Amino acid sequence: MTINLKVWRQKNNADKGRLETYVVKDVSPDMSFLEMFDVLNERLITEGKEPIAFDHDCREGICGMCSMFINGRPHGPKQGITTCQLHMRSFNDGDTVVVEPWRAAAFPVIKDLVVNRSAFDRVISAGGFVSVNTGNAKDANNILIPKPDADDAFNAAACIGCGACVAACKNSSAMLFVSAKVSQFALLPQGQVERAERVEKMVAQMDEEGFGNCTNTGACEAECPKSISLENIARMNREYLSAKLLANKK
Amino acid sequence: MSKESFLESTIGRKMVMALTGLFLISFLVVHVSINACIFLNDGGKTFNVASHFMSHNPVIRVLEIGLFIGFILHIYMSVKLTMKNNKARPVKYQVVDGKANSKWYSRSMGILGSLLLLFLVVHLGNFWVPTKQAIFNGQQHNTFDSMKNIFSLDNWYFIAIYLLGVISLSYHLLHGFQSAFQSLGLNHRKYSPLIHQVGIWFSIIVPLLFALMPISMAFGIIR
Ligand code: HEM
Ligand code: SF4
Ligand code: FES
Repeated sequence: MTINLKVWRQKNNADKGRLETYVVKDVSPDMSFLEMFDVLNERLITEGKEPIAFDHDCREGICGMCSMFINGRPHGPKQGITTCQLHMRSFNDGDTVVVEPWRAAAFPVIKDLVVNRSAFDRVISAGGFVSVNTGNAKDANNILIPKPDADDAFNAAACIGCGACVAACKNSSAMLFVSAKVSQFALLPQGQVERAERVEKMVAQMDEEGFGNCTNTGACEAECPKSISLENIARMNREYLSAKLLANKK
Repeated sequence: MSKESFLESTIGRKMVMALTGLFLISFLVVHVSINACIFLNDGGKTFNVASHFMSHNPVIRVLEIGLFIGFILHIYMSVKLTMKNNKARPVKYQVVDGKANSKWYSRSMGILGSLLLLFLVVHLGNFWVPTKQAIFNGQQHNTFDSMKNIFSLDNWYFIAIYLLGVISLSYHLLHGFQSAFQSLGLNHRKYSPLIHQVGIWFSIIVPLLFALMPISMAFGIIR
């Protein structure tokens, strides 16, 4: 099949950037979307042109590095998958496909389709951890956890930090990501000690990074490759309210 | 690591929006119930008694101030929120497929709210200002008669503005009703489906009742 690609090219953060058109011929329907980019990049290199920079790592849907905004949607037209899991059979011969980077003030473009997602790392460093004494590993069933809680915590922990939620949101809000990270600890006994502290600090960092204000459109949940639920956002709202309201401190 | 105050945080501001939004919804319940008295078609007798009570009772006077504060807080926070959101994406996408992941009215709350505000200015000018003037001048005021005067086919543009107002209200609430609960963290596997259902019915029935008022007056069904 032949694909008419329109790809966002931007030399660096200072460059304004523009869409450039590439006609990619002999695309196999079994290729992944990123493999099509590999083929195109090989051609660009042999032509002596600058290849298109894009993020990727595991290429099996678990690392969260790949990040393409395809025809107006993060990770393309399919539900519940990352860009690396998208295959060309999801497109038709002759299709025009527009590919852009995630766009948010908090995710500045480094080059072409690569954006800097360190803002997420800083939100995690602000409180997305549990402080534990090192030592021998504890017996797995020392702390009993109800199965429904374990399931909810696990589902929240499935977030791979790809940033599609921010990319999809009309407000560039990071609430789905942050709420998943808050929830995975708030639901488990190990997370209780720093529970109030954690949500306050992570939300403060989220706001400082310049992510937008959630208006509950639900676009994040619909586009999340790990189907992280909006329930997490409501949970974080509760956690935040009780941390601010009930904490017996100044 | 820094912390921020509740009212400076995105979550805190959203909770103020939600609380004021729910307060405005409770006002709508009262407002639509009283106005629905005109459907008794008794020449406005019952309606005028109710509306006289609402404009003269001291408790209601205090609540009226609360209502104004509610509106102002709601609008102030929505402006703050929208400003932050505009800054959060300085370079726009070339192609956005919004309908793939959300409802258009969920994405248009600011515009719908602004239309509501526009309507409110006209609405207050039509009813609230004359009533206050009459009370200030110690005159009698018949709200039912002024309703009939305003809602005549000659004033089709008023009717159009009112219809635009209630349609905006309907879509604003279609998103806003359930959104307010989510913002307050009130999301529950058993009750949320019920809240969504009630929200949908509320967003249809209340604006519909409001819409029927100018229409039935203009066409002389209520006299
Ligand atoms: C009778 C009048 C109104 C009612 C009953 C109402 C109700 C609501 C409710 C319940 C919400 C949801 C709150 C939340 O999700 O936390 C909301 C959100 C909002 N309202 Fe209003 N509102 C009214 C008037 C206005 C006006 C006059 C404006 C603007 C000038 C406005 C702008 C907004 C905005 C921007 C949002 C945020 C969007 C969102 O959270 O999804 N509203 N409103
Ligand atoms: S919540 Fe979903 S979309 Fe957002 S970062 Fe995590 S995995 Fe990606
Ligand atoms: S490359 Fe790792 S998730 Fe796509």
